[in-house]
Amino acid sequence: MSIFIDGNTSLVVQGITGRDGSFHTRQMIEYGTNVVAGVTPGKGGQVFDDRVPVFNTVSEAVEETGANASVIYVPAAFASSAIFEAADAGVDLIVCITEGVPVADMMTALPYVREKGARLIGPNCPGLIAPGIGKIGILPGQIVIPGPVGIVSRSGTLTYEVIFQLTREGIGQSTCVGIGGDPLIGTDFVDCLRAFEEDPDTRAVAMIGEIGGTDEQVAATFVRDEMSKPVVGFIAGQTAPPGRRMGHAGAIISGSEGTAAEKMAAFRECDIAVAERPADLVGLIESRL
Amino acid sequence: MNIHEYQAKEILRAHGVPVPPGEVATTPDEAERIAAGYGGMVVVKAQVHAGGRGKAGGVKLANDAAEAREQAEAILGMQIKELTVEKVLITPAEDIDTEAYLGIVMDRGSQSDVIMVSSEGGIDIEEVAATNPDAIQKMAVDARYGLLPHQASALAYGLYSEPKLARQAARIIAQLYDAYRAAGCTLAEINPLIATPAGEVKAIDAKMNIDDNALFRIPDVEAMRDESAEDPAERKAREAGLSYIQLDGDVGCCVNGAGLAMATMDLVKHYGGEPANFLDIGGSSNPDKVVTAFEIITSDPNVKSILFNIFGGITRCDDVANGIVEATRRIDLKLPIAIRLTGTNEDLAVEILKENGFEAMTDMDEVVKRAVELAAGPSS
Repeated sequence: MSIFIDGNTSLVVQGITGRDGSFHTRQMIEYGTNVVAGVTPGKGGQVFDDRVPVFNTVSEAVEETGANASVIYVPAAFASSAIFEAADAGVDLIVCITEGVPVADMMTALPYVREKGARLIGPNCPGLIAPGIGKIGILPGQIVIPGPVGIVSRSGTLTYEVIFQLTREGIGQSTCVGIGGDPLIGTDFVDCLRAFEEDPDTRAVAMIGEIGGTDEQVAATFVRDEMSKPVVGFIAGQTAPPGRRMGHAGAIISGSEGTAAEKMAAFRECDIAVAERPADLVGLIESRL
Repeated sequence: MNIHEYQAKEILRAHGVPVPPGEVATTPDEAERIAAGYGGMVVVKAQVHAGGRGKAGGVKLANDAAEAREQAEAILGMQIKELTVEKVLITPAEDIDTEAYLGIVMDRGSQSDVIMVSSEGGIDIEEVAATNPDAIQKMAVDARYGLLPHQASALAYGLYSEPKLARQAARIIAQLYDAYRAAGCTLAEINPLIATPAGEVKAIDAKMNIDDNALFRIPDVEAMRDESAEDPAERKAREAGLSYIQLDGDVGCCVNGAGLAMATMDLVKHYGGEPANFLDIGGSSNPDKVVTAFEIITSDPNVKSILFNIFGGITRCDDVANGIVEATRRIDLKLPIAIRLTGTNEDLAVEILKENGFEAMTDMDEVVKRAVELAAGPSS
């Protein structure tokens, strides 16, 4: 099993004819994801790569193909509009890969998505992959193997690094979710931890956080109070200076809040084993399986 | 992006907030002329992207134009939190009866904009939050409806019991919210918001932080960027689409992805080294970006070794390898370099690097250890 994605997921790609959209659509199909439709306004009626029908709107795509999930590869200026459109069309899952979305746009999109009963992952995230089942987004398929470890992370390439090190030691993954590096995101650590707790095939979880905000502290309390499965953690940015944004819009230490030390202490207080280096996660996970 | 007080005040004025007049001077002569124009007492205020300007001696009262000149002379060129003061704002001194705080901040936890008011103004709100949290009233705004009139009114009456003052404050709160939204802010503060003995409410200091991601649609705010307040290397990186922050160490780091870049810096420290910088080259492996990355890293005289840590997912390792080779052809590289490339087209990349005389590694810990050793020098 897996979380958020399974054998019944059928995907519509918003921005399928763009540079990123077309490249990653091919990668997702190659990995076995059921891509049933694409959307590019003005290109309705075309067929992408002789196999995926393209529509002008997400609603049409959903009506014609029964798509129940959407992935968004449109430029930042149009990303929130694409999120609204997907929610309106009634898909259950929306994954927004686009980076650079203004926070003010997410401020209105997030409550809308919730009212429509959809789950949004991202924005500014690599998406998710369930080894052997499918992937939505840009996570590289060749580094994962099926197994019992759930991975949830705010990063992109750091997540790949951790997956890679686990896979190298023969430890597989149930689902890997990149929740995104922005301050306002649709799915947080707690949402993923809850899903992993309920997933029968996940036996342990690796949580990869970074500086900025208090999501990791909230997640730590959730692990202590609500989870039976072991969770191990890593926090990036132990050497980051306060007041400087470290690439991700969300990775900034403001005042005394959001430091790596504070997050690592919160993990330890809640019985979450903390890795000093990404490589240490492997041993911590292995001893808990 | 941060903007200066005088720029934030321009935005506030455009939204109707009562702000005393003010003009910017870059020389003592100008400061004197502006002060003479106002007549009477003025305040000379350092315009620099740092808090605590008052404590640092960057805000001074002047009784007349001659004194304003002296104060400007002292403040211009002064260092506040390692930033040089290039401009001062000259503004008439106001009679103050009470000082309050008014701010709006993007709150991650509630995923909404939160308005904060406190009758304890003129000091850092963080300080009030720590010592007297009950003195702060907060209200989350649902961005779909905007700030509703009764919300602004409730906050205003929390600040002032006098209706004449509260009505002005409610209007200012609504105007500040409009300015916050229009300028793409993640933070907008008026501190202090003053009431004068004559019963007027005014903003006499202002601070705004702008969401970088919103700048593309607010060119008039983007135009307020003060490049002189930005580190030259950081500016060069930004213009090339890279994300760079200089630190104090000697291991120059070049990584793809912000999370991996931070983790790499942490690992440098773990193995006894000190990172010289944060540098995220992003998803692109365009050789020009790699060249710029090299130029930026080598422009820091403290750097003693260069560390490349690339995890190829979307980024192709062979593209980065070609970029490294290209960069070392274009610039005369004297520093030792440790390279790690893993993932998409890794074999090809290792081959390209070997052909050009570089050693390539595939493990993150190994390459970091190597870079730390190289920075420590041949003796160790």
